[in-house]
Amino acid sequence: MSAGGALSIRQVTKVYDPEGVHVVAVDNCSLEVASGEFLVVVGPSGCGKTTLLNVIAGFEELSEGEIRLDEGPLALPGKQVGPGAERIVVFQNGALFPWKTVLENIAYGPVVQRRMAKNEAQRSARELLRQVGLEGIEESYPAELSSGVQRRVEILRALINEPRVVLLDEPFRGLDAVAKSVMHQFLLDMFERTRCTMYFITHDLDEAIFLADRVVVMTTRPARVKLELSIDLPRPRDHRVLGTERFLKLKQAALEAVHEEALKAFQAGERELA
Amino acid sequence: MGLHMKRWTVNPETWGAVVSILGFVLLWYILTAVLKLPRFDKLPNPVAVFSAWLSPHPQFGLSIFTRGYYLDILYSVGRVLAAFVLATVLGVGLGLLMGWSRVFFDYSFPLVETLRPIPPIAWIPLAVLVLPTAELGVIFITFIAAFFATVLNTLLGVRSIDEVYFRAASCLGSRPRDVFWNVVVPGALPAIFTGLQVAMGIAWISLVAGEMIAGQRGLGYLIYEDYSNLQFVNIVIGMATLGLLGYGSSALVRMLGRRLMAWEGRRRGGAMA
Repeated sequence: MSAGGALSIRQVTKVYDPEGVHVVAVDNCSLEVASGEFLVVVGPSGCGKTTLLNVIAGFEELSEGEIRLDEGPLALPGKQVGPGAERIVVFQNGALFPWKTVLENIAYGPVVQRRMAKNEAQRSARELLRQVGLEGIEESYPAELSSGVQRRVEILRALINEPRVVLLDEPFRGLDAVAKSVMHQFLLDMFERTRCTMYFITHDLDEAIFLADRVVVMTTRPARVKLELSIDLPRPRDHRVLGTERFLKLKQAALEAVHEEALKAFQAGERELA
Repeated sequence: MGLHMKRWTVNPETWGAVVSILGFVLLWYILTAVLKLPRFDKLPNPVAVFSAWLSPHPQFGLSIFTRGYYLDILYSVGRVLAAFVLATVLGVGLGLLMGWSRVFFDYSFPLVETLRPIPPIAWIPLAVLVLPTAELGVIFITFIAAFFATVLNTLLGVRSIDEVYFRAASCLGSRPRDVFWNVVVPGALPAIFTGLQVAMGIAWISLVAGEMIAGQRGLGYLIYEDYSNLQFVNIVIGMATLGLLGYGSSALVRMLGRRLMAWEGRRRGGAMA
């Protein structure tokens, strides 16, 4: 699989309803994601981090600034490159097609992009499932699988397209702790194997630090970068890293920044209520 | 007997069907043959109906042994089938287009909503006037009601598809045509089949109205003819036959739906890995 792309977010602002209510969701936000980097974005709920992800994915237009992928422009004001297979989103509540089997879901991308014939795509989907130890579920429908397996299948459905960046929007939200740690190991394995650039959103700090090369803490709405933390924990990582002093120190630093923002968000909420 | 005796087990569904239908017949019997309440005594009682229905030599000329009975069934089934297939093809097609294209919706929805409330029976004079044969007229009015039910449910089906599937499809590199066949059509299928069941019911209702007024042969025609001849036993036979055919045709639509939507059935089955 190909190496990841470099994502460059330059002074991006996103305003909803500029003439009316005028909600600034993202404010003058700049962020560089290196090729093959695992970036995790952390911030309070509703802070605008999903909005930024939607702009990168091509679901929404930005109001100001620009976004580039490997120097090719993705988004400028009024000029948006639509969604494409080089930037695949893994959605918060899962978006496997319920009416397609696991195999059909994974093989979907290469077939509609005309990169592979149907049986070729299904063969490589089968191979992917085998590599990650998920053989036997090829003909199952998503609803027949546990949510942990569904998420893994969805990640494979993204990776089979060899995207330059995978955009993950709190993909493990709602999973229990055990399933989550299985998912983390799985995602890290996939990351080591593909070195595909990862742009991962969460508000779980343990998850963030465990996965990331770099954690970015966002301010409360409008979203801007508040703190960047380089995570220098050695790879490959496993759960034992969670107890190390270095991990706890990083978590402490991130926690302070997040706490400050959460408090601001809370107070803003209070003001709105008053 | 050479048959194995099976242990007497009945699934609750069959049991429910038997109890409700037999209960109804029993009530009918009590009202018309036992209590003979005023006015109810004029109704044919179930014994008279069933003995005529099953008689090789029926007193009023209609039973499962007469050719005319099957001819009427054949006519009615044929008309419903033609109308239903037409309503499905055109209705699902139009509904998908309306749900798929905003512009198409804006131009077609007001017209659909204006034509939809016009009762099928009201179309009969114009249908007879314009269409070359009365046969086509009956099929047309059977079609028209089923058509609108199908359009509306298909449209709602497309509208009910979660936005996330459209987004997923687009970032996986789908062109509009791929989205249509891989998201819009399968996503709307459950609602389409709900619509088709409703449409099937409405088709039978409109069919009988059409046959009564413009028909030659068919169960609606049979009932109307026997009304003129005051053959109430035959009318009840016709009604019961309509009920059974309606039940059977809806069951067929349901079955086809389950076939096409294996993912739904298995979800309800609740097999978890």
